[in-house]
Amino acid sequence: MSVLVVVERTPGGIEDVSLQALSLARRLAAGDPVHALTVGGGNGLADILGEHGVSTLHLAEHEAFGSYAPAAVARATVEIVRDVGPAAVVAAGNERGNEVLAHVAAMTGAPFAANCVAAEPDDPMPVTRVRWGGSLLEEARLHGSPKLLTVQPHTVEAEAAPAGGAAVMDKFTPDLHEADVAVRVVERVAATTAGVSLAEANVVVSAGRGAGSPEGFGIIEELADLLGGAVGCSRAVTMAGWRPHTDQVGQTGTKIAPEIYIACGISGATQHMAGCKGAKALLAINTDADAPILASADYAVIGDLHEVVPAISAELRKARA
Amino acid sequence: MRVLVCVKRVPLTGGKIVLAEDAQAIETRHLGFTISPHEECGVEEAVRMVESAGGESVVLTLGPPEAAEQLRDAMALGADRAIHLVSDGEEWDPQATAGAIVDAIRADETANGPFDLVLFGNESADAGNYQVGIRVAYALSRPVATGLKGVSVEGATVRCEQEAAGGRDVYELPLPAVLGVLEGLNLPRYPSVPAKLRAQRKPIESSSPTRPDSRLEKVRLVVPEGQGKEALVLGHGPEAAPAVVAILQQIGVA
Repeated sequence: MSVLVVVERTPGGIEDVSLQALSLARRLAAGDPVHALTVGGGNGLADILGEHGVSTLHLAEHEAFGSYAPAAVARATVEIVRDVGPAAVVAAGNERGNEVLAHVAAMTGAPFAANCVAAEPDDPMPVTRVRWGGSLLEEARLHGSPKLLTVQPHTVEAEAAPAGGAAVMDKFTPDLHEADVAVRVVERVAATTAGVSLAEANVVVSAGRGAGSPEGFGIIEELADLLGGAVGCSRAVTMAGWRPHTDQVGQTGTKIAPEIYIACGISGATQHMAGCKGAKALLAINTDADAPILASADYAVIGDLHEVVPAISAELRKARA
Repeated sequence: MRVLVCVKRVPLTGGKIVLAEDAQAIETRHLGFTISPHEECGVEEAVRMVESAGGESVVLTLGPPEAAEQLRDAMALGADRAIHLVSDGEEWDPQATAGAIVDAIRADETANGPFDLVLFGNESADAGNYQVGIRVAYALSRPVATGLKGVSVEGATVRCEQEAAGGRDVYELPLPAVLGVLEGLNLPRYPSVPAKLRAQRKPIESSSPTRPDSRLEKVRLVVPEGQGKEALVLGHGPEAAPAVVAILQQIGVA
């Protein structure tokens, strides 16, 4: 089945999550043509996408694409769907990929399966998708035409195609409606917070309600500083107003992917664990040896965070002295 | 101004998800229920808007008869009244859900005038389909923005902020509009006891729409593998610190 992939650009190339979506799309296509769509971009894109198995790159150009407008990207996609007639449209399951495909779904009336980890080329299409931020999977059948789906980030490897060449470039100017450009980014406000960003930190040290108070985070901040990392927290902590929501790790907070996640006094509710699945290692410090988080941890220290965390900081200083 | 917030009853899953025998749903016999944190912030935002500008905040759900509990919770936070689309207990796919909500909005607007804003949680806590709000917006021909952590009404416009790499992206939408909001938008209040009592007397308008066939058709749920790994216990209490530092050095972060 021929497949169209809506691809997101970085300043110099292609977002990795888009290349992951492209890998799943290529499997779905099973030898049939894979088309890609980008909004703007240079000729170099045809080479990168060609290596990943794209036969034709549809490059949308329009003065409205100077700032992000989800409906405009969706309208360009609908135009290529009409012209090329793919059996499926695939995008990355990040915020923008899901947003754009939901607009395509609303424009075309087709059903849409978000955040899939697998799909088979059949009609109806068997898909496996993520629920509860990854704590549960759903096997489903996707009806309609074309099949609209996004690919859950970091579940499919981004692989180059075995026999890739440069993609054919098709530049076009989509026919945008007034409503398609009415909702667009009109301003970018710079971030006010300094320091290491939680989402990109190499080390995250976090605590739950067991920290006891906002001041209880002093020892957490100290350890995070020593390791050049960021401070995180559980939802109970933000709900109590002890830390800002930007520090919250979880399904409805920030998704983290550090080399090691040090979770202090955090029980391991599914809502929290959905946010730290990307951590390469997890160290749990907990008074309760039966806490659910132990079932997801690589390492554990059984004890009170108020005693254990300062001891780790002291030991680190000693090791460096 | 008139603000509608849509919410969904979901189980409080706790530490481990267990499925019912038929693998069609989570086993909920021993679980409480709630709404998504995103939706809770939506309710709080609607209540604040009406507190400052006057008007009416309405909460809507599509769910089983028991979902009246979540409508009462939202009214305890300050919503004025509720619309309950009573389902058969089966799961509705996102298109069917959007269709039922559109019908309900049209009916309410015919009787009471247009909603200036319709708020959704950006995605539901359980199904996470990322599309119901956008489908509703298109059906009603209204502008829509999603992924929002900042919302402020300024005259006939709503200014919306979305987190982006290195800052926040700003959108400005004319009213009436549809918004998908995220937790972090505000810090929802804890309902007081008098507010909970008042919520018991606020009106819930019920109807029972018919469920169309699913076009995103659930076959079964599966608990992913990888839960249940054995943690290596490095020690008990502060004496474990040297072992922790050794691990940190081994990983290359110490």
